[in-house]
Amino acid sequence: MISFFQKVGANSLDNLGSVGRATFMLIGALVSKPTPIKSFPLLMKQIYMVGFLSLIIVVVSGLFIGMVLGLQGYTILVDFGAESSLGPLVALSLLRELGPVVTGLLFAGRAGSALTAEIGLMKATEQLSSLEMMAIDPLKRIIAPRFWAGVISMPLLATIFSAVGIIGGYLVGVKWLGVDDGSFWSIMQAAVDLEDIWNGLIKSIVFALVVTWIALYKGYDSIPTSEGISRATTETVVHSSLAILGFDFVLTAIMFGA
Amino acid sequence: MASTSIVEIENMTFKRGERTIYNNVSFQIPRGKVTAIMGPSGIGKTTLLRLIGGQLRPDSGTICFEGQNIPELARSELYKVRHKMSMLFQSGALFTDMTVFDNVAFPIREHTKLPKEIIRTMVLMKLEAVGLRGAKDLMPSELSGGMARRAALARAIALDPELILYDEPFAGQDPISMGVIVRLIQSLNQALGLTSVVVSHDVQEVMSIADYIYVIANQQVIGQGTPEELRQQESPLVQQFLQGQADGPVPFHYPAAEYSSELLEYARS
Amino acid sequence: MTSKRIEILVGAFVSLGIAAMVMLALQVADAGGAGNGETYILKAKFDNIGGLKVRSPVKVGGVVVGRVSSIELDPSDFSPVVSMEINQAYNQFPETSSLSILTAGLLGEQYLGLQPGFIDEDIEILAAGDMIEDTKSALVLEELIGQFLFSLKEDK
Ligand SMILES: Nc1ncnc2c1ncn2[C@@H]1O[C@H](COP(=O)(O)OP(=O)(O)OP(=O)(O)O)[C@@H](O)[C@H]1O
Ligand SMILES: [Mg+2]
Repeated sequence: MISFFQKVGANSLDNLGSVGRATFMLIGALVSKPTPIKSFPLLMKQIYMVGFLSLIIVVVSGLFIGMVLGLQGYTILVDFGAESSLGPLVALSLLRELGPVVTGLLFAGRAGSALTAEIGLMKATEQLSSLEMMAIDPLKRIIAPRFWAGVISMPLLATIFSAVGIIGGYLVGVKWLGVDDGSFWSIMQAAVDLEDIWNGLIKSIVFALVVTWIALYKGYDSIPTSEGISRATTETVVHSSLAILGFDFVLTAIMFGA
Repeated sequence: MASTSIVEIENMTFKRGERTIYNNVSFQIPRGKVTAIMGPSGIGKTTLLRLIGGQLRPDSGTICFEGQNIPELARSELYKVRHKMSMLFQSGALFTDMTVFDNVAFPIREHTKLPKEIIRTMVLMKLEAVGLRGAKDLMPSELSGGMARRAALARAIALDPELILYDEPFAGQDPISMGVIVRLIQSLNQALGLTSVVVSHDVQEVMSIADYIYVIANQQVIGQGTPEELRQQESPLVQQFLQGQADGPVPFHYPAAEYSSELLEYARS
Repeated sequence: MTSKRIEILVGAFVSLGIAAMVMLALQVADAGGAGNGETYILKAKFDNIGGLKVRSPVKVGGVVVGRVSSIELDPSDFSPVVSMEINQAYNQFPETSSLSILTAGLLGEQYLGLQPGFIDEDIEILAAGDMIEDTKSALVLEELIGQFLFSLKEDK
């Protein structure tokens, strides 16, 4: 019994410790005087790696999810003769929830795991130490551009996801199932506020911060062996997915709750 | 002595968890000379280089580089000091996302504002020196182990720093490139007056280039001197190491329970 | 070399993201339409606003000309006062106009229907902050049913 409490205590101390280390890592990476000339190309490259390379999976998933929403929404709404409300159904579920959340999950799987593995391997192959010995701070050189790239890319990806999803819903609802073109858009426009877009954007920025931070920290703190890196990669995906869903609830409660 | 040595280590103790790696050791690395560090595998030679580079902190004692105590430096000062040193890592540690050329150019680009053509010339010269000019456009993954280490060597010497720490520069090299590297270290030392610290197991090569040798074992410096002096030393520890005998006062094994008793443990239980 | 290519691809990516943002704002939320741009405020007092909400549309003949900007209770007589932001393009409504709370479909959203009144020489045009006097409150289903039953009784 006592050993159980000891374990719980030790575990929570461990967790607090890693939150502290992660915070130090982030502060070390981000607090500095900006050096735009040097960091701009690095940021470019990371936006390419983190953002552009995630584009295909985001566009394809967005299209399919929008199409499924169109189909499912139609079959439910048509029973009430309300299939003209398909537009707001598709748009609001994408903008408020599915866009940021699904993009966040995809981003964690596609970009987050890659970041963790890359940084873990850099650590294992002493590239980080070697930077340090060259008097270059790996936090500024390696962590910072990746962090900003994640924070910039993810909201863009979520926006693209929602836009493509709405097009997917339009294709299925209007072009295939025959919902009226005009009412699809006009009822959508009446129901959707700029605030919905804005809230979705805020969600995706929060998810981006969380996922990128977790991914970078897991890589930076990984045990530099094959096993350690593979575990860190798994942890990145699991922890960021849970964090996304948890934060989604909190944000939804704040934004749309009473 | 003080002015002639670039690194001075005094009463330094370093522990990895419970295990003591260094117990109250003191020694100096003379400026402008080639100093070799020898010792059995796992004794802490790489650790020593990391201590000098400020990546690890000793539990007690001082490590002075040009009069500055490395473990007590603030981060920014430490980075300033590191401008004057460079390290060839045991694993090479090439940046895997750049070509050989960019790897060697990396420290130059980071720390100088030289024009492109001059950087190019410098890099090609360094690559030529290690025999890899033809491999400049290859990625690190396309190099053999020995080539990667030579590329890393070219990167370590790219800025001609005052102090170069070589962790096993000869490992994995054929006799020809071994000779090339030996001459390279010597010429950097003689022509530019750079200080070199070479960690190596290759007794012959070390004896041929080192001005001064430290032999480390049992958490201590067990022998030191010029190659000649070392050969003359009667210490059985040193002789065992130089001649490569498994049996002797230097334990070849990682600390462990007694062999026979461990083997017999199952038989008993 | 490769950095040029990366710059172009990143540029394409960011442009795509911004294009998506613009599409969402214009096509999905219709931010360019009524609601944004120049507006002026009109007010109206009702007995009962039913399910009317802030941002409910104000329509003239089915065309959205503005939105409800706030709903408050007049503390003197406890009747709800609705403020509307009306698009500046439609600033020629006479003071004889009437306003009723209507429902889109049987169970749909409620909106304000503005019925422009006749224009005469001594009739003024509604200006910002004016009150529309002629209002019809929301139909409340329970009251309707009650009235219906009552009228049935009377008929007999
Ligand atoms: N990260 C670490 N954590 C814990 N112990 C370590 C770590 N790195 C090294 N050690 C221990 O420190 C000791 C010294 O390691 P070091 O790498 O300095 O040896 P070395 O003398 O360079 O050996 P080799 O000649 O094989 O490279 C080893 O016994 C090792 O067990
Ligand atoms: Mg070593």
